[in-house]
Amino acid sequence: MTKMDDTKRYERLLERYGNGDLERRTFLGLIGAAAVTAGVTGLPIAKLSRQAMAATPDQVRFDGWGGVVSEAFREYAFKPYTAKTGIDVVDGTFGGADEYLARVKASQPGEYNIAHLSGVFDYVRYHGLELSSELNEANIPNLENVITALKDVLRNVTGGKLSAVPYDYGTTSLAYNRKYITDDQMKSDGVNLLIDEKYKGKIGGWGEWKTRIWYGALQTEQDPNDIQDMDAVWDAIRKHRDLSLKYWASGAELMSLLAEEEIYVTEGWSGRIKALQDQGHDIGYFDPPGGLGWQECLFVLKGSPMAACEELLNFMLEPEVAVAVAEGQNYPPALDPNKVELSAKVKGLPAFDPTGTLSGLNFFDPPYWNANEADWSKTFGRVQKGY
Amino acid sequence: MASLDPMDNRWRPWRLLAPALTAVFLLLVVPISFIIVYSFWLRTATGADIAGFHLDNWEEVLTDPFYRDIMVFTIWIAFATTVVCAVAGYIPAYFIATTQFKHKAFLLLLLMLPFWISYIIRTMSWINILGSSGIVNVALQWLGITDEPIQMLYNQWTVIVGLVHFLLPFMILNIYVSLYAIDRNLVDAARSLGCTGWQSFREVTLPLSVPGLAAGSLLCFVLAAGTYITPVVLGGPTDAMFANLVFDAIITQLNWPLGSALSLVLLILLGVLVAIYNRFAGLGQIAKSFG
Repeated sequence: MTKMDDTKRYERLLERYGNGDLERRTFLGLIGAAAVTAGVTGLPIAKLSRQAMAATPDQVRFDGWGGVVSEAFREYAFKPYTAKTGIDVVDGTFGGADEYLARVKASQPGEYNIAHLSGVFDYVRYHGLELSSELNEANIPNLENVITALKDVLRNVTGGKLSAVPYDYGTTSLAYNRKYITDDQMKSDGVNLLIDEKYKGKIGGWGEWKTRIWYGALQTEQDPNDIQDMDAVWDAIRKHRDLSLKYWASGAELMSLLAEEEIYVTEGWSGRIKALQDQGHDIGYFDPPGGLGWQECLFVLKGSPMAACEELLNFMLEPEVAVAVAEGQNYPPALDPNKVELSAKVKGLPAFDPTGTLSGLNFFDPPYWNANEADWSKTFGRVQKGY
Repeated sequence: MASLDPMDNRWRPWRLLAPALTAVFLLLVVPISFIIVYSFWLRTATGADIAGFHLDNWEEVLTDPFYRDIMVFTIWIAFATTVVCAVAGYIPAYFIATTQFKHKAFLLLLLMLPFWISYIIRTMSWINILGSSGIVNVALQWLGITDEPIQMLYNQWTVIVGLVHFLLPFMILNIYVSLYAIDRNLVDAARSLGCTGWQSFREVTLPLSVPGLAAGSLLCFVLAAGTYITPVVLGGPTDAMFANLVFDAIITQLNWPLGSALSLVLLILLGVLVAIYNRFAGLGQIAKSFG
């Protein structure tokens, strides 16, 4: 009874917020108050009811990238979800999907539940390690609003079913300090600026093998999803390494290196560069021909409490929530702009595709990259360290 | 009241040691045993492991020059750090040991103060000191010594600086304990026999403080050789140390068997070093510095 009342109260609030009758601050304040009320008065009753329904967990664990992304999730998704369901969201972070996978591998099934993973590559990898689950899409009606192309690429991996919902997308393109590199120069030189000796010691790059190889392929004028001359790519990566000041390892480090003018040019994540621009830094962002696009998904791991996870996913895909998260993290949501009205801010985000087809972006081809993962990641580990 | 039963007395030390032995067994012996077993497994292309007894990882680690070179680089960084710590740490240790300042304990407390702040934060603080817009560069430009920022960060020297920052207190404490234990009458006797201040230091104080210096050096070397964070935060693209290889193998490549073999190589190398030290100097000196 209490749960139903909370749900109705939440839905009414959400409706008023959606209609513009409530400011976001007021909306979140009321949701927060509801959460506190539920926590103070409803906990004993909720515990009793949970004992009666053994399938309902006390908590769901979510792991993401930290920083502004996690802040957005916490503020716009987890708090209201907990207020509505009484299920706590344990909010963890990781530095990368590799690190997270190592943790999952060392854990018991069910210990980790939902992860904000990168693109199709990780989806395939996790599925290959038999860590995927099978979502009941009937429990996630908001999935209908998600861009079809993003869903289909995941369905192709898991036999028509889904183990994750697409959540956002972005690009890893060229970021540059306009004080030292003009827009025209960037347009003419593009990816080759990352191996321009003129900027030796002022070049950066993400120390992640896939991105390095992708850009190495572009610098050697090859199709990153069909590389013919891998030696040339390794040479380009070596050249970039020798000219680089540092490989950055996180979004925060990327922003720091650019903001402090330690580096003038690097490839960067569109959302993080937008955050820098919003802070007033004169940083340009350029999508070169063949620039790298990616999608992120909310992956449910095998052994998780599926109903609770599906409810959280549905909640996170609620247009109001997804848009608020998108505005917080500066990455466009996976919602189809033809089906859902998106905010002006979202439409102004880098990498936003108004057509909802994402046909203009280039993604990793999962079978190709996964087939080469073991060899290339190991070789990159050596090249990165001076070989 | 002591037991008179000889059987009871015979087992008493074991009963007293049991909690510590259990902890060592569960927290050290068992995990290392797992790592040893893992090092003989193999990793498949999908990331799954093949159990069994395979020597492939060991063969790769012991014969591939890539691992050898990174190990040499690691030893070099650890050695340079240790030398800098020894030189830079002796002076404050000597000062604290010989000062007449009545609040000596306060000086020792100051020495421990950096440990109240996270190691990662302390390491990252160098970015604000040596960075292009850091304190040093701002000061140099303000004084007119340079027109544009000097690139000081992200090389092996900043890795050493970061490690010295982290490890210097360990060295100072060990040397201090050694110096504090020296009988002052020996120095006075040397002076009364005609030694200059420098001669008495060189002939009496320094030799008697060598055990502390050696203990501090061992600690600094072992901790520096096993570091992971410092080269990641303060190093350049090619300044990786051996622990970074272990991270890469286990986290990035999901190759736990190879990572296990790599970590065991580092463990064995440092273990041999500790054993050599123990043979000649004894580990008791290190225990003294921790009270």
